Amino acid sequence: MSGIQSGAPDRAEPLLFELGSPGRSGIDLPAPSGCATRLGSAERSTGIGLPDLDEATVVRHYTRLSRLNHGIDTAFYPLGSCTMKHNPRLHEKLARLPGFADVHPLQPASTVQGALTVIDELARWLRILTGLPAVAMWPAAGAHGELCGLMAIRAAHEAKGEARHRILVPDSAHGTNPATAAFCGFEVEKVQEGADGRVDTASLEAALGPDVAAIMLTNPNTCGVFESDIQAMAEATHAAGAYFYCDGANFNALVGKVRPGDLGVDAMHINLHKTFSTPHGGGGPGAGPTVLSAALAPFAPLPWVLHEDDGQLRLLEQATGPAGASFGRLRAFHGQMGTFVRALAYCLSYGREGIRQVAEDAVLNANYLRSALANTLSPAYPGPCMHECLFDDSFLDGTGVSTLDFAKALIEQGFHPPTVYFPLVVSGALLVEPTETESRTTLDSFIEAARDLVARAHGSEADGFANAPGNAPRRRADETRAARSPVLRWKPSAAEHR
Amino acid sequence: MRWLPNTDADRRAMLDRIGVPAINDLFSDVPSEVLDPVLDLPPAASEIEIGRVFEELSGRNRAAGDGPFFLGAGAYRHYIPASVDALIQRGEFLTSYTPYQPEISQGTLQTLFEFQTQVALLTGCEVANASMYDGSTACVEATLMAARVTRRNRIAVADGLHPHWHETLTTYFHFAGLELVQLSGAEPGQWLPASPDALPDDCAAVLVQYPDVFGAVGDLRPWAEAAHAAGALLIVAVPETVALGALRSPGEDGADIVVAEGQSLGVGLAFGGPYVGLFATRDKYVRNMPGRLAGETVDTEGERSFVLTLAAREQHIRRGRATSNICTNSGLCALAFSVHLALLGETGLARLARLNHEAAVRTAERIEAVKGVSVANETFFNEFVVALDRPAEDVAAAMQRERGVLAGVPASRLYPGRDDLANHLLIAATELTTDDDIERLGAAFEETLR
Amino acid sequence: MPNLRYTKDHEWVSVDGDLATVGITEYAQDQLGDIVFVELPEVGRTVAAGEEVAVVESVKAASEVYAPVAGQVAETNPVLGDAPETVNADATGDGWFLRIRMADPGEFDQLLDEAAYAALTGEA
Repeated sequence: MSGIQSGAPDRAEPLLFELGSPGRSGIDLPAPSGCATRLGSAERSTGIGLPDLDEATVVRHYTRLSRLNHGIDTAFYPLGSCTMKHNPRLHEKLARLPGFADVHPLQPASTVQGALTVIDELARWLRILTGLPAVAMWPAAGAHGELCGLMAIRAAHEAKGEARHRILVPDSAHGTNPATAAFCGFEVEKVQEGADGRVDTASLEAALGPDVAAIMLTNPNTCGVFESDIQAMAEATHAAGAYFYCDGANFNALVGKVRPGDLGVDAMHINLHKTFSTPHGGGGPGAGPTVLSAALAPFAPLPWVLHEDDGQLRLLEQATGPAGASFGRLRAFHGQMGTFVRALAYCLSYGREGIRQVAEDAVLNANYLRSALANTLSPAYPGPCMHECLFDDSFLDGTGVSTLDFAKALIEQGFHPPTVYFPLVVSGALLVEPTETESRTTLDSFIEAARDLVARAHGSEADGFANAPGNAPRRRADETRAARSPVLRWKPSAAEHR
Repeated sequence: MRWLPNTDADRRAMLDRIGVPAINDLFSDVPSEVLDPVLDLPPAASEIEIGRVFEELSGRNRAAGDGPFFLGAGAYRHYIPASVDALIQRGEFLTSYTPYQPEISQGTLQTLFEFQTQVALLTGCEVANASMYDGSTACVEATLMAARVTRRNRIAVADGLHPHWHETLTTYFHFAGLELVQLSGAEPGQWLPASPDALPDDCAAVLVQYPDVFGAVGDLRPWAEAAHAAGALLIVAVPETVALGALRSPGEDGADIVVAEGQSLGVGLAFGGPYVGLFATRDKYVRNMPGRLAGETVDTEGERSFVLTLAAREQHIRRGRATSNICTNSGLCALAFSVHLALLGETGLARLARLNHEAAVRTAERIEAVKGVSVANETFFNEFVVALDRPAEDVAAAMQRERGVLAGVPASRLYPGRDDLANHLLIAATELTTDDDIERLGAAFEETLR
Repeated sequence: MPNLRYTKDHEWVSVDGDLATVGITEYAQDQLGDIVFVELPEVGRTVAAGEEVAVVESVKAASEVYAPVAGQVAETNPVLGDAPETVNADATGDGWFLRIRMADPGEFDQLLDEAAYAALTGEA
């Protein structure tokens, strides 16, 4: 094995498979007794090919790798629609209490009353904050919550003997919306946005009809604006016999301020890793509890948490009794307990006033950035915005600098770039979401950096953008090569050739 | 206020800069009658108070480590080395997101590439993705992928699939328009017949759980042959990843897709989630795979770099035609899995698997001696099923109440209404099971079944 | 240059007898950028006009290719498996996708001509 863990920090680190040496061990296990096995013909007779490593090498490996990452903990991370807010460490500590971390999902109910109470109490918060009467706690992530909501909608139509096939989705929607609708057996039909970044009510109404099962809207939408006609759209939807699914990815703009139930929403997933600050963890795990209106509540997935007469909680795991109309199970066991503990702790820390302040500060911070950069970048739509602000690339016209180049130059300034090229409805989109946990000081430093870069793009230094970032752990990667001849794992032979 | 750095003075100055008098002027698009509702919620609590609340809630649960513990059935209690948690709590891993910007995400991307390699090796497959939500949803995705690859709509499921996984399939199939065909077969504790039933026509896949829900293990090869002869794929679902340290590799024995619950390594019980789903398959199906993939390439200076790749399969590009709607995976759990497996290595995993098996063998031997208990398995890894002389639910409840022993999962919890399984109890042991635990289990059976 | 016809989905078609050769246009390859993969149909498959027959992927986009005419897939371009970049290099030549034995050769004449396609892409 040729790997060496040295050289410049924050640069290359060998693969685990290049660091091993047979016989080393990073773990201390007792010696087996060597008794006769009862594995029968299934007993393994060949090796697996994993490297043997000592603990210090493993710790150093991951520590060195971690230093190649940008996180909220290292600097500003205004990745639009992803809500990269501070993750409190208190919640990490609480989730690791043995009564949550070391409890089996199939223990008898009498031994898990505390865990069931966490689920029940978080469910209560989510119902009150959304103004909807039921919540399915089990979806593992936002997209899973979308699926939960659309399954409930289809089950509700089926219960009425209706086979509706179409779902209306605007172009500005997250890609998960059409993917979920298709996954759930629906046909997806696009509806148009108006010039103000909002769904055009007239075109929505024109598209509604007896074959439409639901509309899927995001509110605030991915252009960062509130759908001001949302109540009229909900009414038209209901009048056509369809349901209103709201993508709750941006609920952090409204939490404590507006209840989606008051807007006519029938179903909405809540990304606990966004609004309720559970860690994003490099891409999960998330959690996507899905609130449901009275019309959809009977179809909620299994299990159901029931209150017994003696005050105990229990899980109803079959589609019987009150859950007789449930559409069934969405996954094994019951939800993301570790995420629930963190989210409930977040709620309790803020309380009813604080949680409203969360939404207000998120919106304030986004509008502050928007105002300060309105003459520097090019806002896609008139203000005010909600928790994030969308810019198009017209501010780069004539510079030869693209949105991607601009994003890479922001990396050189120490910032994570905003979401780029999404939503698809404006040219070269830059979607900036500061979140409420950033101070005015941080926002000012970002504003200053953005202004400097724009000045450079219009000055004599525009050429430099194509090579940015120059000071990050890596330069730009050859993504074409990665996709044309995919190398998706290490192989021993490849290492020998290297 | 906690975690809100701006002061009232900051807010005032910011509103002035924006040019509006009050915060609600920024919410002017919201219909005023729905703005600022009264919420029946408590006021803020301090960190000390919150600590107390959760200590009390945690204390109302019987932690697995509080006494003898023999529950499995799809979630297993294993020792997690201290360095796993220390490493996954590094902020650069914990507080980053999907690595959209490779220049500043090599930590996450390389760990995913290593995870993919570990999963491929462990399952005996050529390629693996960067994780799914959990084993049960990975299993659903495998069946949907098989349907895409074969352009067929029927999935044949062998006996012994975990009922929660089975119910999850049933839910999805209803909406996705797939048909589940149940193959008849095995008695609880017995591995599948060596010659499978005739497979239904036009079958996209045959799905076999390994070890099965009652812990039995056996030969996958006849099932691979039968599936392939019918033009179907073989999907193998592994509920306990540690078993792969002792069992023949499903990929090498002919599985076309292997899915697994990865909770056993690094993740912990956590009352059922978050967990991590493993998904592996053959190279030729890679563009039909769901989920994120990290791939190797070079940067403009020629340095080895990793990127998310083959994204054209995914929802953010393919939208309604994506291979799956999955977006977020289970990144941090995948990292915990990967760190734990790195610490174990080839030698450590083999030893860990062996210790699990031996603990289960010792447990089986101890309780086989108890009158009224009969072990149904000929073969098993770290879990087996026993038939008792009376309803297992009552026995398990009494053992827990009177002796503090969590003896296992009554089959009636997973198969309510199945009278033939009312007396069956699933019992799992791991490297954390001590000889004292086993003796207390045996003694508790003796007392309770007297 | 053989007589080319086009579709609104940015495919080109040329005809030799009842055999139609299909690919994507120069405009389409330019919009997609570096092409990394082309998924082609099985030879022998019967396709209706407008039916999806291939998928072309770049790093950041994917696009379905529809059969411009009805018939049976007679041949697919063997080069594209290992060298999808051929489409970028020569979209209307070596980068062809498939050949369809047309059920109704008259369909060809109903496709867009050069001028109509140029109008569509704004390159007139």
